[in-house]
Amino acid sequence: MAEQDIEDLDSFRHRLRSWLRQNMPPADPRLAPYHQLSDEEELAQVTNHRELQRRLYDGGFAGIIFPSEYGGAGLTPAHQEVLNEEIVGYEYPARFQVPTFSPCAAVIYEFGTEEQKRNHLPRIMRGEEIWMQFLSEPGGGSDVAGAQTTAVRDGDEWVLNGSKIWTTGAWWSDWGLCLARTNWDVPKHRGLSVFMLRIHQPGIDVHRIEMLNGSREFCQEFLTDLRIPDTDRIGEIDGGWTVGTRWMYHEKSLGISHYFIRPAGSMRGVNPWAPTPLAVARQAGRLDDPVARQLVGEAHALKLAGQEGSIRISRGIAAKRLNDQAAGMSRILTGLINTQLATINLKLAGASAVAWDSGDQMLGEMGVEFLMRQVRQISGGTIEMSRNAVSERLLGMPREARRDNDVAFREVPRSAPGR
Amino acid sequence: MKLDLTPEQAFFAGTTRQFLDDKVPTSLLRELRSDPAGFGRDFWRQGADLGWTSLLVPEADGGGSVSGQGLSDLALVAFEFGRYAAPGPLTAANLVTAAVARTGTAQQKAGLLPSLMTGDQIGSWAYAEPRPFERLGAVGLRATREDGRYVLSGHKAPVEAASQADLFLVTALLVAEGDEDGGLIQFLVPAGTPGVSVHPMRTLDVTRRFGHVVFDDAPVPASAVLGEPGTAEADVERQLRIAVVIQLAEMSGAMDRGLELTTEWLFNRYSFGRPLASYQALKHRFADMRVWLEAAHAMADAAAQHVQEESGQAGEYVSAGKSFLGTYALEVLQECVQFHGGIGVTFEHDLHLYLRRATVDAQLYGTVADHRERLTAILEATDG
Repeated sequence: MAEQDIEDLDSFRHRLRSWLRQNMPPADPRLAPYHQLSDEEELAQVTNHRELQRRLYDGGFAGIIFPSEYGGAGLTPAHQEVLNEEIVGYEYPARFQVPTFSPCAAVIYEFGTEEQKRNHLPRIMRGEEIWMQFLSEPGGGSDVAGAQTTAVRDGDEWVLNGSKIWTTGAWWSDWGLCLARTNWDVPKHRGLSVFMLRIHQPGIDVHRIEMLNGSREFCQEFLTDLRIPDTDRIGEIDGGWTVGTRWMYHEKSLGISHYFIRPAGSMRGVNPWAPTPLAVARQAGRLDDPVARQLVGEAHALKLAGQEGSIRISRGIAAKRLNDQAAGMSRILTGLINTQLATINLKLAGASAVAWDSGDQMLGEMGVEFLMRQVRQISGGTIEMSRNAVSERLLGMPREARRDNDVAFREVPRSAPGR
Repeated sequence: MKLDLTPEQAFFAGTTRQFLDDKVPTSLLRELRSDPAGFGRDFWRQGADLGWTSLLVPEADGGGSVSGQGLSDLALVAFEFGRYAAPGPLTAANLVTAAVARTGTAQQKAGLLPSLMTGDQIGSWAYAEPRPFERLGAVGLRATREDGRYVLSGHKAPVEAASQADLFLVTALLVAEGDEDGGLIQFLVPAGTPGVSVHPMRTLDVTRRFGHVVFDDAPVPASAVLGEPGTAEADVERQLRIAVVIQLAEMSGAMDRGLELTTEWLFNRYSFGRPLASYQALKHRFADMRVWLEAAHAMADAAAQHVQEESGQAGEYVSAGKSFLGTYALEVLQECVQFHGGIGVTFEHDLHLYLRRATVDAQLYGTVADHRERLTAILEATDG
């Protein structure tokens, strides 16, 4: 689309604002955090989000920066930012954003064949396909290129065997983007390929994992003689790490990406419904406690620093002042800040964080959230991976020694079987 | 520092950078530690020629900015001041010119602004007070109206460049007809006014000086009042925000330079046959430091922008910026010291110059604790 044909931001904002008012329901601030939903409620919410995604599509507001031939709106990152601002206060198809739009749709858009793109992207925009990442494996979390799930060619098909883990909501999702090993006799990064697979089919067993906060959101899948057509391979055979590198970039960029809706003022890794430290202090009856007031101020300053810092990093990458590896900076920043916020909330909630009555449920959740604190530095690739990337590939410091380059993957030392 | 500078802003910042590079090498800063003033008048006048003292004064009053956003331009200068731990009363001078330009009478503006902007006269804001008025916002200095004039009684400290200043902007509590709280009032009081005495203090920064200014029933004429008597709260708040914006830019500059020195050190210093930059224990910590620096830049810029635009969130961003940089600029600079080892705590190394500057900025115009309390009060007020 020629630049002069693109709707200007003010007109877009105006049109979007009135459309939202007429078509999208207001956000429900009483909506419980996800892990408290029963399975029935969760499925109902997924169905609702599919419907909301469809509404966005019908209104011309789905996939803002995806080209219109793939069902997107064909607009710019600046339009996405307008949408992020205007959608605050409305319910939106939150379950479609990550990882469906990014990394999955972004990867399909960058590496898919024309047919693959025309097949899947419009379905995603219309709310018909929810995607998950079949990436991490029980044998290694952050070292995703060490995938051991194996795909063996058989005529026009591939036969997959192995196990993937930490897929969010695989039990109600439709498709998975899967990184698999297609060659064990070449070095690690040169024997991988990427496949698209339907999650609910014979050959895939989905198990739900219970987290320590009671969430059963994460899944582990067991792939047993799963057959998929070669037409569902994305990118070159054994060229999967070319795809994987961009895939990882999208994953690390979630805090600054324009591929999906991230309501303004929200930060990656933070439940937008989570009570603010001010609300926690108020519930705990400690707003007249100078120590609590210090913590509330400290937390708010950190939150703003996380937001403003992420915006600056994002602009730095867009302006090429920082290279792509700077996405790791935003991951480190939000990881460091969000863990501190969880600790502050624990302090504010006091004794009620560990022993509470139903009237103080909010304070009890702060205790549970504290137990889950390190998720903010683990999920989406551990913070240590980002520290390596930033120090080595942004700042140019010497790389760590490794024992998996220039040797057939078959020969590389590996973890013992098990998680 | 701001990313999307206009060409004029980039040139302006570059000119200040080049000037500081020429005029204040760190060897000179070390010599200036025993200089009572900490800076030379000629140096200050030359800086004033570059625009340091006139950015917050409208063109109509003889000032002018580079971008039309004077405070944003001043933040560029302050950033360089942090990077060079530069001498000179940048904050003090600009607070006074800004206040006079904003609320001064035509006579006050005409009488004071020209010499303040050329650097021939130096102004300073006498705001903070010693215990028991140490907390941000507490004012104990009393201005009593008597026979068409005011009598000032109280104690201000620390006052920047107190011994060098020719003019004090004094924030006082108006006491009118037995009313103990008649609101805030500000005065422009020349140094040397009878009843006003100045006593230097010992200070942490190598070039920045502070002192006591004591008002011992000092009489000042009604013509010395700046603005409307008893209604100076908003002016004082604006001055405070400008002061913090300058501090934030300066702290981010000090941090920036500290990380630059540490980067060079990590690549050039070898131990056990390897550069320090090859140790993962240090690489990971340095990655975090680099990230905090980026957030510090972002918060300093955001605060400058909100105050420049007088947005509804200006107070929030000022206090959040102070809470954040007051903590992380110091932590990151101390990490820089740690990475340097013993040399990092010597006087001969440059690192302490930036640590000193950032520490001084962190503690004045409200501590981290003061600003966290303000932030909570702001949140309560806006939370319905």
